Amino acid sequence: MILLSVLHPLLGTTDDPLYSGGVGWVVFLIVLIKVLVVFGALMVAVMLMIWFERKVISDMQSRIGPNRAGPFGIAQTMADGIKLFFKEDLLPDQADRFVFKLAPYLALLPALLIFTIVPVGGVVTIAHHTVELQVADPAVGILFLLALSSVSVYATMLAGWSSGSKYPLLGSIRASAQMISYEAAMGLTIAMVVIVTHSLSTRTIVDSQAASFFHWNIFRLGILPFPLFAVAVTAELNRPPFDLTEGEQELVGGFHTEYSSLRFALFYLAEFMNTITMSAVMVTLFFGGPDGPGFHFVRWLWPILWFAGKTVVFMYVYVWIRAALPRLRYDQLMELGWKVLIPLSLVWLLVVAAFRVGTVWGLGVFFGGVIVGSALWQAVLVGRARREVLEASRAGRRGANDSYLRAVPEPDGGE
Amino acid sequence: MSLGFLGGFALTLKQVGEPRVTTPYPGEKVAKPPRLHGRHVLNRYEDGMEKCIGCELCAAVCPADCIYVRGLDNPPDAPVSPGERYGFVYEINYLRCIHCDLCVEACPTEAITESKMFEFSFTSRSDAIYTKEELVVDDDGLPRHLPWEDWRPGEADHTSGWMRATSPSGAVEYEGEVQWSGELGFGVRPPEGGQSGNRNDEATGNISIRTVERDKISRRLGGRVRGT
Repeated sequence: MILLSVLHPLLGTTDDPLYSGGVGWVVFLIVLIKVLVVFGALMVAVMLMIWFERKVISDMQSRIGPNRAGPFGIAQTMADGIKLFFKEDLLPDQADRFVFKLAPYLALLPALLIFTIVPVGGVVTIAHHTVELQVADPAVGILFLLALSSVSVYATMLAGWSSGSKYPLLGSIRASAQMISYEAAMGLTIAMVVIVTHSLSTRTIVDSQAASFFHWNIFRLGILPFPLFAVAVTAELNRPPFDLTEGEQELVGGFHTEYSSLRFALFYLAEFMNTITMSAVMVTLFFGGPDGPGFHFVRWLWPILWFAGKTVVFMYVYVWIRAALPRLRYDQLMELGWKVLIPLSLVWLLVVAAFRVGTVWGLGVFFGGVIVGSALWQAVLVGRARREVLEASRAGRRGANDSYLRAVPEPDGGE
Repeated sequence: MSLGFLGGFALTLKQVGEPRVTTPYPGEKVAKPPRLHGRHVLNRYEDGMEKCIGCELCAAVCPADCIYVRGLDNPPDAPVSPGERYGFVYEINYLRCIHCDLCVEACPTEAITESKMFEFSFTSRSDAIYTKEELVVDDDGLPRHLPWEDWRPGEADHTSGWMRATSPSGAVEYEGEVQWSGELGFGVRPPEGGQSGNRNDEATGNISIRTVERDKISRRLGGRVRGT
């Protein structure tokens, strides 16, 4: 994290005002503090998120949830972590040792690193240096997010393959196919945000939404890209209802079956850290990030609170989705990704791009899309109806040939 | 693509405000049904004499072979039970007992009945064998509160429920008819509510599960809130 933040002025042009005067030891210290604060806060947030999820799910299921460890069970996650730490660390006989040990770290690193580009607050001045309240603000911004989410696919794939047994392998194959499919929809929706913002940098994305409530990207892009992105990200994270690959009822533990003790804890940590990070990214991309009214005193605090509040709302929605929806079957999952999300995001990308050219173009493409879409939908419906008729007639004809059934004497009352 | 799944969201959100159905055990115990089969007790008549006559019928009928009885002639100057013999050795091994209560059915004097105590555990096999001193009711007619058992107030009163609910002959016409003798500390206890439906919960001290479950019924149907 430190390396990234210090190197990013070299990684490409950056508008981060912190580096405008060169990198002195004060700048280095500020970056170090930012990194440590974010790292610590993220770890604590993951602990609280796990507790939050367990408590909210149990509220929704008329249960009490953890309430023994600490007040309201807050220390439950800590207790679970300590327990996992003391468990036996197994290495399966058939496992590829190096990759098996590497995979949890491959899962954890993207989770930690993605949070560096998320703008947590506004811009403050510390010791005569203008500091943006985010760990790093490279010019490539959002592209970094896409790159790292692809790296986390590696983690899933390698974890399952290196375990050396059937179910993890199947789980990881399914998981990586799922993640790759939904990355396309994710990338397309991010492309829409970038078109409207004219920049990849997350600070610029947030600043361009700061003008007013209706400047938030969710309104500027039409409402549709946000649900598309939300669904794509949920599937990317292997969160319910897309958690077929790690559901106990399906594949034992999926790609992390053979992992125990600290390695499993790292996967678990990575999953929840990703959840928090992706909620934060959603807030950044579509809901203005730290944007929100504030007071004149303690001016630096209100954007942070707004950001935290919005992220907590999304985390609650994630948990709510987990409590309310059953798991999607694998073919339903892939169908949703390829047949619904990608076409919709492509069409909407066309519409957004057309609106960038001019309103007339935009409206033209929009209505063109509606007409073509409804024509296609009609075609699908006709196809379904014809298939039903075909199957019904086929069943009818087959019934006429069921003479072998007539060989059984019918039960007669009197005779 | 139907939107029926939105109903799931509405339900889960509504349930956040509903009462929790979890019983915070062991702080609070789940209400025990009236005729729960628990640990046995050896009863005494109202004058303090033990009801057990050492006939060993309970040991004979026990399918798990967990009762060990030996009878002795009553010493003429200090009889333990009214009659010729009394149970001199009486042991039940609770690692074998399956709580079928065939022994309660078999006993001719209603000496052995059961309480609702099942919250006890042991650290060695010999600790599991309850002796007669532990099984016999104390001078108030209540089961003894042994140190390793988790008794709560009011639980000790509810013994012999099953015996007083079923008809010994099995005939439904005799259900609810008093066919048992008085117990020390309680006298002749009223019959429990059986399957014919005649209940007297105040006299028998029953806790209706229906009343208890009322707390868990959601507020909009008239229930009460419970738990954090």
